[in-house]
Amino acid sequence: MLLHRVLKSDLRRMWQQSVAISFLLACGIATFIMSTSAMRSLGVSRDRYYRDYRFSEVFAALTRAPQSLATRLASIPGIEQLQTRIVRSVLLDIPSMIEPASCRLVSIENDPAQGLNRICLRKGRFPDAHSRNEVIASEPFADAHRIQPGDDLIVNMDGRKEKLIIVGIGISPEFVYTVQPGLLLADDRRFGILWMPRHSMEAAFNMEGAFNNLTATLYPNASIADVLYHVDRSLKPYGGAGAYTRRDQESDCRLSDEMHQMQSMAYVTPFIFLSVSTFLFNIVLTRMIHQQKEQIASLRSFGFTRYELAFHYFKFLVFLVACGSSVGWLAGWRLSIWMTDTYSIFFRFPIVVHAFAFREAMVASLIGFLAATVGGLGALRQVVRLEPAVAMRPEPPQTLGSDWLDRAGLGKLLSPMGKMILRRVESNAMATTLSILGIAMGVAVLVLGSFMEDTIAFVMDVQFGRSQRQDIMLTFNDPKSASGFYDATHLPGVTRVEPFRAVPVRIRHGTNQYRLTLMGLTERPELYRILDEEQKPITFPEGRGLTLTKKLCELLDVQRNDMVTIEILENDRKPETMQVSSVFSNYTAPAAFLNQADLHRLMQESDRLSGVFMSVDSKEVDLLYEAVKETPAIAGVLDNNAARKSFKDLIQANTRIMRIVNSIFGVVIAIGVIYNAALIALAESSRDLATLRVIGFSRREVATVLVGEVAIITLLAIPIGLPVGYGFCYLATLAIDTETHRFPLVVSRHTFAYATLVILMAALASTLIVRRMLNQLDLVSVLKVKVS
Amino acid sequence: MERVFQVSGVSKVYRMGDVEVHALRGVDLELYRGEFVVVLGASGSGKSTLLNILGGLDTPTSGTVKFLDHDLTSADEDERTKFRRDHVGFVFQFYNLISGLTSLENVALVAEIAQHPLDPIQSLEIVGLGNRASHYPSQLSGGEQQRVAIARAIGKRPDVLLCDEPTGALDIKTGIVVLEAIARANSELGTLTVVITHNASIADMADRVVTMIDGQISKVEAKSCKRLPRELVW
Repeated sequence: MLLHRVLKSDLRRMWQQSVAISFLLACGIATFIMSTSAMRSLGVSRDRYYRDYRFSEVFAALTRAPQSLATRLASIPGIEQLQTRIVRSVLLDIPSMIEPASCRLVSIENDPAQGLNRICLRKGRFPDAHSRNEVIASEPFADAHRIQPGDDLIVNMDGRKEKLIIVGIGISPEFVYTVQPGLLLADDRRFGILWMPRHSMEAAFNMEGAFNNLTATLYPNASIADVLYHVDRSLKPYGGAGAYTRRDQESDCRLSDEMHQMQSMAYVTPFIFLSVSTFLFNIVLTRMIHQQKEQIASLRSFGFTRYELAFHYFKFLVFLVACGSSVGWLAGWRLSIWMTDTYSIFFRFPIVVHAFAFREAMVASLIGFLAATVGGLGALRQVVRLEPAVAMRPEPPQTLGSDWLDRAGLGKLLSPMGKMILRRVESNAMATTLSILGIAMGVAVLVLGSFMEDTIAFVMDVQFGRSQRQDIMLTFNDPKSASGFYDATHLPGVTRVEPFRAVPVRIRHGTNQYRLTLMGLTERPELYRILDEEQKPITFPEGRGLTLTKKLCELLDVQRNDMVTIEILENDRKPETMQVSSVFSNYTAPAAFLNQADLHRLMQESDRLSGVFMSVDSKEVDLLYEAVKETPAIAGVLDNNAARKSFKDLIQANTRIMRIVNSIFGVVIAIGVIYNAALIALAESSRDLATLRVIGFSRREVATVLVGEVAIITLLAIPIGLPVGYGFCYLATLAIDTETHRFPLVVSRHTFAYATLVILMAALASTLIVRRMLNQLDLVSVLKVKVS
Repeated sequence: MERVFQVSGVSKVYRMGDVEVHALRGVDLELYRGEFVVVLGASGSGKSTLLNILGGLDTPTSGTVKFLDHDLTSADEDERTKFRRDHVGFVFQFYNLISGLTSLENVALVAEIAQHPLDPIQSLEIVGLGNRASHYPSQLSGGEQQRVAIARAIGKRPDVLLCDEPTGALDIKTGIVVLEAIARANSELGTLTVVITHNASIADMADRVVTMIDGQISKVEAKSCKRLPRELVW
């Protein structure tokens, strides 16, 4: 009963410290729960979306095949349901944009509520089965242009300008993440999806009774390899470009990769946070229990056993962990809803499930509990082991040493107050070290919380400033002859043109394979440059062989000079082997490059182009776009400046929550640690400080002792925290290293300066708070306490 | 003799929840330069409260306290700090030395803030500890620590030396050494010295003895015959 009252009084007496400690733990737990719950929610939402809207498992594009082939394809063993379609890329003329927007037209069956890749209608209705020009627009694209049902769009369809009426706005599991070919991330303003009744598309593109695209679902036990083989074999005579699974499907691949990346970040950064906060929790708790030495000794002198006392403090620890966990769970859950909602706006899932990562939450609390038990009970063991009489005496200074000060000749330079500060820091070596480590962790977490900005800026500079120097990229509907190049040079405002050939291929090495677009470039590209690790442009001399990204080499398990097999997916060519002549690192999806002439030889074609990169006189851009909108052969236009902006906006939006939360919690942790260090310093030196006040030192003069101590440990902690933070950033970049994204480790001086500034501000704020407490110190009662 | 303190009708009431504790009830007292005053009284008689008010650590609830021409009653915290800094030397029962500083450094602390300090070594020599200058408090005996506290208190050449049970934590032999140090400071520096104690024997070395009972001064006795500390018996 007495111990129960002591527990309550302890909590009342040390409420500020208790709150600060609990907050440290709460921050770590909250970030962990936020990330893990959000990831789980997104995963569940995606899976439910895929299931309910019948997302396909096999996809294939081809030139043209008769509809009669569909029956044969549907009977391939393993295929559950097959749907043929017509898919075309077209340009749109949108009045609010000077440049044309690119769009993919996808045919839908008479009853769109059936079949595969069903559309989830968000507004309006499905097109009338007999209408000629009614379409559904994809929601991201419609939102980007504020398109409503009833609005119309002018579409360049095989040279004819047609007016299409938007009757509905929808989303589909097939296009959760729509990225225009050539872009790194989605740009909803310049690229969208339009769904059109099949008969309208048949008429518009002269595809009656034919299809150029198919999708299928499989039975659960189907052999995917066999299905792909049979589909490819059936489509080969019809220009089949190779069937593929969800893994290579543009949207799912990006979505999975994005989620994988977020998941890695969701675990790594918060795990670092959790580790840091539990470490600090442990440190602060240990010091707090050491402060209780005299009380523990008194209780022991009353006759309480060590076990009773251990249990008393255990309850104290449990209370702190429970408080930290409750705040952490609540904050984490709330933040996870915010994070999930933000991401689901970005991904546009029709159903958003908010899942709570209960297991991870339990693990986080358990880690906090273990840290508390190990730290707290460890300290307690040391204290209860002492005989009560010994424990009631204050610890003598561990070193008496002025001596290094005097030896170094500094003794005479320092005032007694200065010596007092330095000796306190020096004599409590363990406590000082722990405080320094704690604050260093605060610095490190702040660096971790804000380095993404630097990395993004660096990637953007490399990608859009040094590598992709073209203003505009045009892609053609079908490969053009060399005349396409000359036509492009004659477009208004064009100052330089560089052709490229892009061919869908499958690269094989042993049992590994990867499907991608092989880019054929000129020997020394000036606009679309590929840079090596030292940011020097790579050249592509004729006959040299393939240049692959490091990531692709890892996926295929190849090294420089190895031979790989190139399987062209665009036409009926025999696979060829080629040597990997050079390897370089990039920050985006795996890619392969070849000299353009070599690619033509591989394709057994004369000079054909898939598109061009262009430098354009900015004054004549409007004229250029006018001309492009009138050119039916152009399937896509990509403005590099617009791409740069959309990349920046999107990636900043994607990482915004993480950055905000990391920064806020970084600051909270920093303040929590320094505040605790200052509180403990005040408690430990209150008698000395009161003595100074009594003998005539002013409040300001006495506060310098405390401020001096906090300043010294903070200044010692910063040079330790900055490199530790750099290390944390390195771990975080490892976590983001996925198939389509890799972030280099770039931490700017600005980030280091920011972390330093925040920690100094936290130190200032903490000492100001503690100084106020110092002013309220009861001088007389402090002096009445006996010291041996 | 010059009057240093004039205490008139001083009362001090502490409020502890609903209970009012009257620590001092209408105390009148005058103290003069160079005299050695012992305040006697049992625990709770109000002697420490009186000392704290004289030293500017506390303020009276009513009444006035004048130090020379200055009214301490209306002084704010900063003015009282300045008063302590310029005029008061304190000696406490539990020494209150800064554990991280040597004897010399503890004494030198006050030299930083005093206007005309003594040389810290000289202060230590007055209390007979010139040879212990580089020792830390934990390396000194209780009596030695108290003598360092006295050296620190007189180091600023205070106008008044206030000692709260200076021998309370010491044995007889050590207590006498400490009282000798206080007496020497009083006689050599001419400092008004007020010692509060519940040990009546110490009264024999005083010029005047003030006895307190229940927050009031019951008796003020001028001693015609002072004893030396070593002649005290307790």
